[in-house]
Amino acid sequence: MTATLPDRDTSSTRVARRHRLAERGIDRQLLLLAPALICVLALFVYPFAYGIGLSFQPAEGGVFGAYRAFFTDAYQRDTIATTLGLALPAAILNVAASVPIAYRMRGRFRGKRVLTTILVVPITLGTVLTAEGLLNYLGPTGWFNRTLMTIGLTDEPVRLTNNYWGVFFSLVITGFPFAFLLILSYLSGIDPTLDRAAATLGAGWWQRFHRITLPLLAPGLATTFCLTFVLAFSVFPSAVLVGDPAGTTRVISIAAYHAAYEVYDYPLGSAIAVIMGLVELAVVAVVLGLRSLLYTGSTGGKG
Amino acid sequence: MKSRMTVGAWLVWGAVVFFFVHLAGVIFSVVVNSFGERWFDTWLPQGWTTKWYASAWNEFGLFQILIVTLEVALLVVAISLLVGVPASYILARRSFPGRRLIYLLFLLPILMPPITYGIPLATVLYKYGLAGHLAGVVLANLVPSIPFVILTMTPFIEQIDPSVERAARMCGARTGQVFVRILSPLLVPGILAASILVLVRTVGMFELTFLTAGPDSQTLVVALYYSMSAAGIRAQQSVDAMAVIYMASMLVLLVIALRFVNPTQLVARVKEDPE
Repeated sequence: MTATLPDRDTSSTRVARRHRLAERGIDRQLLLLAPALICVLALFVYPFAYGIGLSFQPAEGGVFGAYRAFFTDAYQRDTIATTLGLALPAAILNVAASVPIAYRMRGRFRGKRVLTTILVVPITLGTVLTAEGLLNYLGPTGWFNRTLMTIGLTDEPVRLTNNYWGVFFSLVITGFPFAFLLILSYLSGIDPTLDRAAATLGAGWWQRFHRITLPLLAPGLATTFCLTFVLAFSVFPSAVLVGDPAGTTRVISIAAYHAAYEVYDYPLGSAIAVIMGLVELAVVAVVLGLRSLLYTGSTGGKG
Repeated sequence: MKSRMTVGAWLVWGAVVFFFVHLAGVIFSVVVNSFGERWFDTWLPQGWTTKWYASAWNEFGLFQILIVTLEVALLVVAISLLVGVPASYILARRSFPGRRLIYLLFLLPILMPPITYGIPLATVLYKYGLAGHLAGVVLANLVPSIPFVILTMTPFIEQIDPSVERAARMCGARTGQVFVRILSPLLVPGILAASILVLVRTVGMFELTFLTAGPDSQTLVVALYYSMSAAGIRAQQSVDAMAVIYMASMLVLLVIALRFVNPTQLVARVKEDPE
């Protein structure tokens, strides 16, 4: 009897602790989360931490050698400006063009499903195929230049591939449908009775758009801009294929790839990847910060 | 005011038509070129042929590439579902300390450009000898796929009445039984949607596969990239034939996908009301 007493004691404290944890929402069922968490930790967090660690261990130049090498070399440093110069205008154009078009098409009309289906096509085709198509279509003897010359707008072909514009168009072709579909689904989440109530009170369409729809759309706009920007920021295949990868469209992902897999300078490659992530997160933070300055409160719709 | 509305409508429809005309130009110039005999300074090729498909099939070893693409896509779908569905169940149903942090952790891989984490990931995979093989490609593609399954599944799980599960538990079912006998049948639409979305994204995923694939583990889109960047060695039409094969397989996937999911779901997880 005396031998079993301490045994029962520990088991009862174990039960008590389990109860206390269960009250806070922790029990064995949470183990279902473990596989996914292990995958993300092993395949995302650990490599990232490893990359950050590697970026501080360059072959020469001390702890910050790789970062110093990046920022002192104008050829490398300018890739940030090049990438932003491509990604920001493309993302702004995609979102700005999507808003009026989606606003006009937010209601029900015949062929809406067909329209959205066609718009999904360029997203699924991806940048590699778009690049191939742009090379054919916008090239010196492609249909586009041929049409321009037939109409008589130009005498000689306009150069639109293997430079800034080729990459820009590829970003618009894959980015615009993406932005449009997102904004369309945000818009259809806004309660239409709000718009009708404003109309009853005598508001014109501009007032209704400006005072009712736009503020409610603001969170969705910020999210859309961020996702479109991330898509455009990671431009890699099209910058190589339809761009001028050694000059005007040498974006930061090309620099990172070049350092890691063509020069085999893994510290520099990791450092550039880290810088790329930081720049991207900085833009996202600015956009989300601006949004919280402009409007805070309930979105009214489902966001 | 009436006239301004119609001007606006004209502008909007004009912009849409403008976009579609150029989109069609981009797509059809690839298709036409792949069937063309010789096409230099004319509107259309001088003759039509299918020989480029035969040469693409043989030169690029397309059969092998298609098999690899299928293997990678199916493995990624299967693993990310097995891992992601239980996790999304917990995240949808339970509240516990650190839930927001874990949710953010699952969101990050979707918010970061693939190249950013792809380069350190590929470096780690090379260190352990996994990259350059099928295993490395599958592991790399799991990074965005698992979070994507979690995000796609959450609304489907939220729709299931928790009292159904409680009733099953009252009748003595264990967690495993609840999953297999109660939740899985109810979640079939969500699982189908998630698996098709992951399939489309994996087949189209360029960056991660590109960074981790070896010569015998290239998927279709990576093989297309390599054949394009080595243009000049092979006939342009042959590359275009391969592009058309890629396009056709993506369109087949898309048609299947659209039977199960809303077009907007291919872009993001947004609930849409039945209109």
